[in-house]
Amino acid sequence: MLHDATIAQLAEALRAGKFSAVELTDHFLARIERLDGNLNAFITVTADSARAQAVRADARLAAGDATPLTGIPIAHKDIFCTRGVRTSCGSRMLDNFVSPYDATAVEKLEKAGAVMLGKTNMDELAMGSSNENSSYGPVRNTWNRDLVPGGSSGGSAAAVAARLVPGATGTDTGGSIRQPAALCGITGIKPTYGRVSRWGMVAFASSLDQAGALARTAEDAALLLQVMSGPDPRDSTALPDPVPDYAAALAKPLERMTIGVVDDFFDDGLDQDNAQRVRDALSVMERLGVTLKSIRLQNIGLSVPAYYVVAPAEASSNLSRFDGVRFGHRAEGAGDLTEMYMRTRGEGFGAEVKRRILTGAYVLSAGYFDAYYLKAQKVRQLISEDFARAFRDVDAIAGPTTPSPAFPLGQKVDDPVQMYLNDIYTIGAPLAGLPALSMPCGLVRGLPVGLQLIGPHLGEGRLLCAAHAFQRETEWHTLAPPGI
Amino acid sequence: MSLSLEDLQSLCILSRLEIASGEMEGVADKLSEIVTLVDALQAVDTAGVEPMAHPLDRAQHLREDRVTESDNHLRYQRNAQRVEQDLYLVPRVIE
Repeated sequence: MLHDATIAQLAEALRAGKFSAVELTDHFLARIERLDGNLNAFITVTADSARAQAVRADARLAAGDATPLTGIPIAHKDIFCTRGVRTSCGSRMLDNFVSPYDATAVEKLEKAGAVMLGKTNMDELAMGSSNENSSYGPVRNTWNRDLVPGGSSGGSAAAVAARLVPGATGTDTGGSIRQPAALCGITGIKPTYGRVSRWGMVAFASSLDQAGALARTAEDAALLLQVMSGPDPRDSTALPDPVPDYAAALAKPLERMTIGVVDDFFDDGLDQDNAQRVRDALSVMERLGVTLKSIRLQNIGLSVPAYYVVAPAEASSNLSRFDGVRFGHRAEGAGDLTEMYMRTRGEGFGAEVKRRILTGAYVLSAGYFDAYYLKAQKVRQLISEDFARAFRDVDAIAGPTTPSPAFPLGQKVDDPVQMYLNDIYTIGAPLAGLPALSMPCGLVRGLPVGLQLIGPHLGEGRLLCAAHAFQRETEWHTLAPPGI
Repeated sequence: MSLSLEDLQSLCILSRLEIASGEMEGVADKLSEIVTLVDALQAVDTAGVEPMAHPLDRAQHLREDRVTESDNHLRYQRNAQRVEQDLYLVPRVIE
């Protein structure tokens, strides 16, 4: 079926004229219409503008002016500003916000000719690991509707897994691309901090936030990342380094690659069947010529506490822009300005966002700044140095993406600390600004789990190459959820 | 570490964030759990460690200091709840 094809296959078929971009767009729009009702992966579907973009894509294809993404349907996480389209970020606060401009990543994908089908559901302001924090209701896992899809890019992951769209954008601050990719059985990459411009991406934690791609294969993720990446004069933290040709990197052989296996990740907190799938995947890597080396990351156990100081601190500052004055929700009938701010924010934000703002205010407040925020930034330095030391001996670091397969809706939503611990394996990479991906490596009790690969700064090409080699040898990434 | 209701009240004022009175206790309990989680940092020896300033140890990439944007305030103000004569309206600040 059309929707089982990868982006690479669809691009080839579009060029060969097997179908038009308009037909392809209509096919996926019809699937969204038919299947998204009980998944809730989309907040907004942009059918009319999608058809208009598809018409333009067909003209480019006919004129021989097409890129590999021309005519390819995609979806954007609703954290990316899209001109003329509501950008809610999963929050009641922004329910009425129609962005006056496009995010750089959105603009670049549009220029390449990709067709935006809509905006995907997410945990409110990207804070969450289950998608239950969305003001638009939870996304359901395509493999079992009673389970969470992961978060915060849960809508993007569920939409790709359900074949509602072949690829989608996401953002990752502590694991928000890799964790839902693992729980939904797809491939997701978070590149190096600064590789993709953050301009037009609603800010959560500015020293950690990074945009990336979710797709079914590493090859497709590479095609999306190729276009999204690059310098941007509008984001002073976007890296000026030129973007390598990821397609060329995929074609390179894996020989002489050494992968470090983090012993600390295979502890009691990891589901034993999940651990076995990861070990099996590493054996496949070994057969492909990779050398495995056991490594230790001495301070990695401190990632969760360090993250839950740094991220809420930055969030409490970033989120002060939501004041009800220039955009977004405003509480009615407040007597004075302070009351208006307090009630606007009390009404507009959900429980988890409030917790993070308050945690941030706490760790930054007088008398606590040194003990928490400064301390966390020092620990972050130690974690980063551990990675740097490891990368002197290995080309990539491997381990599980999550401690277990998807968990039931409602199970952790009232227990923030348990929810936070779900990101225990993914939080290290963003703290050190490192690129990391997750790809399907097997099933546990009928549910997908992921293998995580972490690379050195700007090592995306090598990670994608390793993932592509693995996917040529295995079929885990081709498995469709039941009934899809 | 346990946060009192007074602590929470002052954080709410600092954050300009209203929490319904019936929810204060529950929020204080959960914040206390989070603070306990992050208190693990206190045991780490960080003597002589520089706090991280940038994950790649890079400086910010600055652009030339010249005007590149045109005036779009009418378009931007379409997202505001109250605007009059091109100004954002807020509740009375000065009596």
